[in-house]
Amino acid sequence: MITLAQLLILSGILFSLAVAGIFLNRKNVILLLMCVELLLLAANFNFIAFSRYLNDINGQVFVFFILTVAAAESAIGLAILVVLFRERRSINVEDLNTLKG
Amino acid sequence: MLIQVLFHVFAAILILAALAVITARNPVYSALALVLCFVTSAAIWLLLEAEFLAVVLVLVYVGAVMVLFLFVVMMLDINLAELRRGFTRFAWLGWLTALAVIVEIAGVVWARGGLGLDTQRGGVPAPPGYSNTLELGRVLYTRYAYPFELAAVLLLVAIVAAISLTMRRRAGLKQQDINRQVAVRRAERVRLVKMDAEKRP
Repeated sequence: MITLAQLLILSGILFSLAVAGIFLNRKNVILLLMCVELLLLAANFNFIAFSRYLNDINGQVFVFFILTVAAAESAIGLAILVVLFRERRSINVEDLNTLKG
Repeated sequence: MLIQVLFHVFAAILILAALAVITARNPVYSALALVLCFVTSAAIWLLLEAEFLAVVLVLVYVGAVMVLFLFVVMMLDINLAELRRGFTRFAWLGWLTALAVIVEIAGVVWARGGLGLDTQRGGVPAPPGYSNTLELGRVLYTRYAYPFELAAVLLLVAIVAAISLTMRRRAGLKQQDINRQVAVRRAERVRLVKMDAEKRP
């Protein structure tokens, strides 16, 4: 029997690993996008865990919407990335200084 | 008991795969490790009786989003050495933040009664004949019909945005211009010439 505590700890570990990944790979935009996907996955874990332990199907509906929004986000993010690479020949975050003023 | 063992195995794989995502040298390995993450999460969701979402996760994420990621990673010719420079400079801050998040969540979970919820109990198994997909669809198409349509519009906007961002016109490309073809008028194409008839010699 899986307890709620185990699931919450697992999603907490997943979330914190993704946060650490954002710190580690702060130059590479592709890896930043992947870390955001991991963050959303950890959030989905919490939704599903509580949906199961409170016997409430509405939590799973929210996971459905999060999946939709995350798919749209990654599609647009990668499109922006491709345009950026065409323009600058680089995906380094440090090269994105046009708006610095 | 078997479910408990399976859960621990999958959790271990998930955490190792997440570690591989954030520390791999090559973005292609990161993407593949992320695929492993999603598949393992789908397995855990199956253990939690969220069957529909597990299938959707595999279909949408492993099947579409991660393939898109792999395409982009392999299409771009990036200088990895430059991106890896200073990898460990803020690593201590990252691990410190991760540790703080884990300790906070563990503290909240283990504080009995503080949550107003018994975190040590297991979920109630679904009765036989219960269909997760049916129940989800019943709620999705009644109470959440309007958000559902908004999500559809959002996906449409994402498609249009992605295509319009990445489409470009190359100079010197020979192609039809439908607008100009349709807008053409008779006077631009046909010229009537008046001339005398030739006499037979």
